[in-house]
Amino acid sequence: MHYIYLAIVLAPLAGAVVAGLFGRWVSRSVAHSVAIGGVAVSFLLSLVALKHSLVDGAPAFNGTVYTWMVAGGVHFEIGFLIDRLSVLMMTVVSFVSLMVHIYTIGYMHDDPGYKRFFSYIALFTFSMLMLVMSNNFLQLFFGWEAVGLVSYLLIGFWYTRPTATFAALKAFLVNRVGDFGFMLGIAAILMYFHSLDYADVFAAADRMSGLQLEIFAGHGWSVLTLICILLFVGAMGKSAQVPLHVWLPDSMEGPTPISALIHAATMVTAGIFMVARMSPLYELSDTALSFVMVIGAITAFFMGLLGLVQNDIKRVIAYSTLSQLGYMTVALGASAYSVAIFHLMTHAFFKALLFLAAGSVIIAMHHEQDMRKMGGLKKYMPVTYWTSLIGSLALIGFPGFSGFFSKDSIIEAVAASHLPGAGFAYWSVLLGVFVTALYSFRLFFLVFHGEGRMDAHTRAHLRESPAVVTVPLVLLAIPSVVAGYLIGPLLYGEYFGDAIHITAAHPAMERLAEEFDGPWAMIVHGLTATPFLLAMAGLFTAWYVYMRRPALADLARRRAGWLYGLLVNKYGFDDFNQIVLAGGARGIGRLLWRVGDAVLIDGLVVNGSARVVGWMATVVRRVQTGYLYHYAFAMIVGLLLLMTWVVFLR
Amino acid sequence: MSSELSDVLVPLPEIVLAGLASLVLIVDVFQRSRQRPATYYLAQLSLLATMVTVWATAPDQPVVALHGTYIADTMAVVLKLFLLLMVLGVFVYGRRYLDQRGVAPGEFHVLGLFGALGMMILVSAHSFLTLYLGLELMALSIYAMVALHRDSRAASEAAMKYFVLGALASGMLLYGISILYGATGSLDIATVGARIGDQAQLGVPVAFALTFIVVGLAFKFGAVPFHMWVPDIYDGAPTAVTLYLGSAPKIAAFGMAIRLLADAMGSSLADWSGMLVILSVLSMGLGNLVAIAQTNIKRMLAYSTISHVGFIFLGILAGTAEGYGSAMFYALTYALMSLGSFGMIILLSRRGFEADRLDDFKGLNARHPWFAAMMLILMFSLAGVPPLVGFYAKLAVLQAVVHVGQVWLAAVAVLFSVIGAFYYLRVVKLMYFDAPEGEVGVAGQGLDVRVLLSLNALAVLGLGLFPGALLGWCMAAFG
Repeated sequence: MHYIYLAIVLAPLAGAVVAGLFGRWVSRSVAHSVAIGGVAVSFLLSLVALKHSLVDGAPAFNGTVYTWMVAGGVHFEIGFLIDRLSVLMMTVVSFVSLMVHIYTIGYMHDDPGYKRFFSYIALFTFSMLMLVMSNNFLQLFFGWEAVGLVSYLLIGFWYTRPTATFAALKAFLVNRVGDFGFMLGIAAILMYFHSLDYADVFAAADRMSGLQLEIFAGHGWSVLTLICILLFVGAMGKSAQVPLHVWLPDSMEGPTPISALIHAATMVTAGIFMVARMSPLYELSDTALSFVMVIGAITAFFMGLLGLVQNDIKRVIAYSTLSQLGYMTVALGASAYSVAIFHLMTHAFFKALLFLAAGSVIIAMHHEQDMRKMGGLKKYMPVTYWTSLIGSLALIGFPGFSGFFSKDSIIEAVAASHLPGAGFAYWSVLLGVFVTALYSFRLFFLVFHGEGRMDAHTRAHLRESPAVVTVPLVLLAIPSVVAGYLIGPLLYGEYFGDAIHITAAHPAMERLAEEFDGPWAMIVHGLTATPFLLAMAGLFTAWYVYMRRPALADLARRRAGWLYGLLVNKYGFDDFNQIVLAGGARGIGRLLWRVGDAVLIDGLVVNGSARVVGWMATVVRRVQTGYLYHYAFAMIVGLLLLMTWVVFLR
Repeated sequence: MSSELSDVLVPLPEIVLAGLASLVLIVDVFQRSRQRPATYYLAQLSLLATMVTVWATAPDQPVVALHGTYIADTMAVVLKLFLLLMVLGVFVYGRRYLDQRGVAPGEFHVLGLFGALGMMILVSAHSFLTLYLGLELMALSIYAMVALHRDSRAASEAAMKYFVLGALASGMLLYGISILYGATGSLDIATVGARIGDQAQLGVPVAFALTFIVVGLAFKFGAVPFHMWVPDIYDGAPTAVTLYLGSAPKIAAFGMAIRLLADAMGSSLADWSGMLVILSVLSMGLGNLVAIAQTNIKRMLAYSTISHVGFIFLGILAGTAEGYGSAMFYALTYALMSLGSFGMIILLSRRGFEADRLDDFKGLNARHPWFAAMMLILMFSLAGVPPLVGFYAKLAVLQAVVHVGQVWLAAVAVLFSVIGAFYYLRVVKLMYFDAPEGEVGVAGQGLDVRVLLSLNALAVLGLGLFPGALLGWCMAAFG
């Protein structure tokens, strides 16, 4: 198995190397065949690993591949931890990645950067698998940064567009903030645990739970709380939680397959995965869990609202992603780690589906992304229409679809949590359901129903996308429906085993397990429960406002102008960052440059010292007169100097 | 080993060299040809024979002979081998150069051999008398060598200045030794050392003696403020003589410093170490500063020597075995680098052209990329750039200073070597980035000079890559 795990990671890397470094010498079809082949190998071997773990009942594999270095008694190693959690992530990541690879053939068909694109996404798959399969913090950090790098490269893929480079830069900078926290967290772990290995750290976590740290005199901080919050700051950056979410909507400047793969299905869930992986640490700190839950709740509700006022089809889905990531985070805060991973999985399928469907629409619309110029696409693009419908129903949690099982479980888990902030979180996720349904079907109706608002030329060329686009849609639609029925074994069976650790103080999962009696009973119950009613209300509102009475939307916009303004301005986060943080930093930078660098360092220190040295050299040089008696005199003076020193000063 | 036998065996290298040098003197007289090839080859042969003798008679343990006036130990053996090697190199470099300037080569070689004999006696001295004998034999030979080019005003002036100042310095050294003799009643270095250590009431006379001895030493090294002769003599003397002056005597001076300070006055470490701190800081500061203002490369290298002396002092003043070992490593490698840099000037010179201005190096890379690269190695090594040997020499010395707690001194030394890097890099800049001026070429010198220069620079690189063996040898001398 050891070699299989290694192959899972290295196959996409080989694809990336061939498509990237040797791209000049290989043809387009070779490049994409190699990249897709690599990812396909990863997917198939992940299935083997899944079977090995699930059917054969193999214990978790925890092994070192090689030791990178040993410094100060700490081993820095590359190693794999393959348990139920990572094997599930590996399968999801490689599956979605494979779908996106295939889809890319169609979507990027005419792009000059075709081979570069394949190289990047294969590299991304490699990095993400490294992250997921890691058995230590160092490798986790490597994967973490590597996916961040690829994300940056891909957001800025069309580097000639100023908006794309701006968005790439923004994503990179915001992630730096998060990564700084993450790095501090890892540093704190190294400092207190003297090891970066998961197994060592988790084994020692109990002993550390009472340890206090005084940052400010008199205020003791639990070391574990600090570590957990710092690590979560990293997750906030990568998984786009408020207030580090600002980069994700802008990342839609990248090509649509990227939005599906990286900025919806996989990379942004790295933070969720990380917290679930660290469950033995988070379980020991209620403060950290509360913090996680409140941040998640804010993201889930308020970011969903923003989706209501967007007109760009991809941006609506982006805000939806933010909101859904908030849901996952809330589940983590409620100690329902398995539910968070479950939602991560179902979301990966239906959100990738929605993005790829949006991409299909964008292809048909000749790269027009404004929903106000669409409408009535149902009759032109039947496959896209039906798969979008499945995706949207899964997203709003319609009973029977995958999103229903995971989202309802989250709401139930939050209701069962007793941590501070759980009440706020409960109402946030509950009302979030209404908002989700509203923006999802606003998009759906505006795009596929009603009158076509596109120009005649575009209308004349409307047709369904080619098979490389529609086949992945169909393949993703299947798990978007059926993945939910895994709920029984996944959440309430013994699936995760030791991979996720929950203490008795957080009984949310036990409460859920008591109430659960099969997926069908859950559907029946769900049809009468509040979330379903809220979702239906949202769906109906969307239909009424955007299909029946389009004037109503304008009216609402005029009446509640301040609210609309607040939403359009995204609560002012961007402006704040742009003016206060970016502007301030640049102001300080300019000040340091003008005064500190140009005047003090360049002027005074560098050129000044050179001038002083040069001046001294010319002065001292004159001492060398060439007269013998001056030389002899200097020797006498030197003798007296030494004598004075030895007689009087010692 | 019986005492009679050791009386012959221990000074055998010196006896061999003295005999052969006398032979060279006689052979020289009977030659017709102006170039005196027999003198040259015989002189080189004498050096090689002496080196073999040094190697063959090297003792495992320190041996004192000739009634306590003479010592052979590891340090003396290593220093002798290196200084003979340097003289050998000087003879190769200088042969054609002297001929082109109408200087009698026979006298140069004979004087060079006797100077080498003086240096050997100096580093093997176990009595103040022997030490002084060796010192004066070396100094008198060099005075004459500087004046070899009788028609040159500059050379005559330089020789005169060197002679007068050298006499003054010798007088001071002798005065210090006489005070010490009066205080301890002995001239034997070991006995003097023991008596100073035992008798604390000798404080003031010993302090006085020490001051005069340090002045004498500092003059030989060319440390500030006893450095005034260095630039004038380096510049005024023919380059072949400068080459001699700048390499081997530095090694001998190091041996003399160890004999006088560590062996004879080791118990006054606190006193002389403080003096050396002053001299060292002044040397590094003034040497590096003034070198920047020079336009003549011989003067520039003279000031560079002064600054390197400051570094050698750093190791000595640490007063530990590590310090002495690192200073020895520094002195040996500095002599090697100095030999190469002056050798480069000789290589570029030809009849009627000295190649001693910095501008003469302009655009060397365009004409002779190989030799420009060799010069680059030498300059980088002098500046202390890794992985060249100059870096490890500086590093070893600084480590020794830091280990005795003088961190500030190490910081000062690093600061000055940063300033010093400027003028070494300027040479590199001139060679690589400026357009050539006039006729610069290596045609004036023979193949032997070119090969030796390449070997010399490559040795600087090789010792930098593998400094362990030589450094270990130096450390073992004081282990």
